[in-house]
Amino acid sequence: MNLLRLGWKNLLHQPWSTALSLVLAALGAGLISLLLQVNQQLNQQFERNLAGIDMVLGAKGSPLQLILSGMYHVDAPTGNIPIAECKAFLNPRHPLIGMAVPLSLGDSHNGYRIVGATHDILKLYDAKLAAGRAWEAPLEVVAGAAVARKLGLKLGDTFHSSHGFIEDPDLVHHDAGAFKVVGILKSTGAVADQLLLTANESVWVVHEHAAASPDTAAAQPAPGLRPLTDFPDRDITLILIKFKARNAQTLNMPRNINENTNLQAAVPAIEISRLYATMGAGERSLRWIAAVIIGVSILSIFISLFANLNNRRYELALMRVMGASRSRLFTLLLLEGVLLAAIGCALGLMLSHGGMAVVARYLTEAYRYDFQPWALLPAEGWLLGGAIGLGALASLVPAIRASRTDIHNTLAE
Amino acid sequence: MLTTADLSYSYDRKRVLRFPDLHCQTGEHWLLLGQSGSGKTTLLHLLGGLLTPTGGRIRLNDTDLTALSGPALDRFRGQRIGIVFQRAHFVPSLHVLDNLLLAQQLAGITPDRTRAAELLERLDLSHKQQSPVQRLSVGEQQRVAIARALINKPALILADEPTSALDDDNSLRVVNLLEEQARAVEATLLIVTHDNRLKDHFERRVALEPQKTAQ
Repeated sequence: MNLLRLGWKNLLHQPWSTALSLVLAALGAGLISLLLQVNQQLNQQFERNLAGIDMVLGAKGSPLQLILSGMYHVDAPTGNIPIAECKAFLNPRHPLIGMAVPLSLGDSHNGYRIVGATHDILKLYDAKLAAGRAWEAPLEVVAGAAVARKLGLKLGDTFHSSHGFIEDPDLVHHDAGAFKVVGILKSTGAVADQLLLTANESVWVVHEHAAASPDTAAAQPAPGLRPLTDFPDRDITLILIKFKARNAQTLNMPRNINENTNLQAAVPAIEISRLYATMGAGERSLRWIAAVIIGVSILSIFISLFANLNNRRYELALMRVMGASRSRLFTLLLLEGVLLAAIGCALGLMLSHGGMAVVARYLTEAYRYDFQPWALLPAEGWLLGGAIGLGALASLVPAIRASRTDIHNTLAE
Repeated sequence: MLTTADLSYSYDRKRVLRFPDLHCQTGEHWLLLGQSGSGKTTLLHLLGGLLTPTGGRIRLNDTDLTALSGPALDRFRGQRIGIVFQRAHFVPSLHVLDNLLLAQQLAGITPDRTRAAELLERLDLSHKQQSPVQRLSVGEQQRVAIARALINKPALILADEPTSALDDDNSLRVVNLLEEQARAVEATLLIVTHDNRLKDHFERRVALEPQKTAQ
């Protein structure tokens, strides 16, 4: 029967006030842990998928939408741009551009996005083949590691793409040629895992066939994999651009493009920090709510210990009679407060990580992102430490009062 | 052996309680009789080390109780003195057996389940080991309180009005129990009471005079 066990039994003896204190501590700690996790996961996803991209070029519209759809594959694409208009940027001899990856978006398979691109996209995301080879002809597809795992795709499998990003049997391009899996990527931990990569031409082929009748479909010769600049009358969705080096010219390039062309240039760093700023307001108010709940939870620990002191005066005096020193009673009350805070905090962590696990499942389905809901963050260790400190603080006054229990007067009553 | 000399206690400057000197040999059973207001409980708390006297000395065997203070006094009290109060108090979150084990642990003695179980057996409480203390009858609570006072085999057992709430039969039973158990651990037993029913039961008696207001 050590003091810790006695403290625990004392808490169980007051189940309702203990439950209230635990719930409040769990809510406060859970909310903070949730904020930490969301922050961490978003940062991770955004950082990882930056992939050194300096500029995204696409149709006029929302720059954030351009970034989200082109780099993170979460929003709808902004619209298409004719190759004729962006030909200059695709020129491998462009003096400022180190790498330009043209993307054709708009189709999906079972909710996973099909991305038409040149082989440069593999270099961009540092993606290596786990099996098979890269696409060499239209309708050949390389599956990202997560897509292959979740859809059970194997080399040689075929499927029909569907229009848009939702799973709707009516939108499947049944009349178009079927995609064939020719390669599967190793996991990169980034967005490439969630994509089905193919040639830009595949998207053209599918949509042309969709417009044509099934009879004539087979007769149409598929375009070979030639430089895109050979097809000035075709469209692509956007271009991911890495500069050779950042300098004054590249700094001004997005503004020049926005002012002087029909294209839109968006800078990921700027758009993402703008997004953070928007989310930051919400996060700040959640932080305040968490702070208030934590304040109330400290108060509830204090009240439940302090209000009970009067009921417990005989018990405390008796413990002194049985040989407990003043400091023992002090420690006992302190332990009760710390136990409440620590167990409450642990419950909160379980709650928030459990919640994240549920949300992660939804996010994985909706946004094709892999979250790690059960990974404990270093900051959560601090959270537990802080809870123990606050529990001790809340029980300090009751503990001092308990240690000063007057044995004689209490027992002479 | 318990001896006191010139023991006094004052709650404030005007009123000083003075107590007769006691000389109790080891294993003797004494009755301290007094009406209310005679300072019975004060004396018991002084003897039990719950209260520090204003003047005088208390010796239990080789130890000068009045020279001890703080944790040393707490430890001595826990190990050498067993106290049975008028009303039985417990740690309500613990069941009967754990209340006994707690008394050992708080006194700095390694909890001994066998000893606790034997004691409960002797007091006919074996079947109540795991009972919450609140569920016990008043008589059972009194017996558990006695068991707790005895668990550490104290040199001195103090009982404060142990029979005041009991009828004749039960009162006699509790006194017999206290005497029997005190003999079993060879402790000096001191019962403080105003209950005249116990008078004839004890050869050794001290009468506490009603206290005068002294200057």
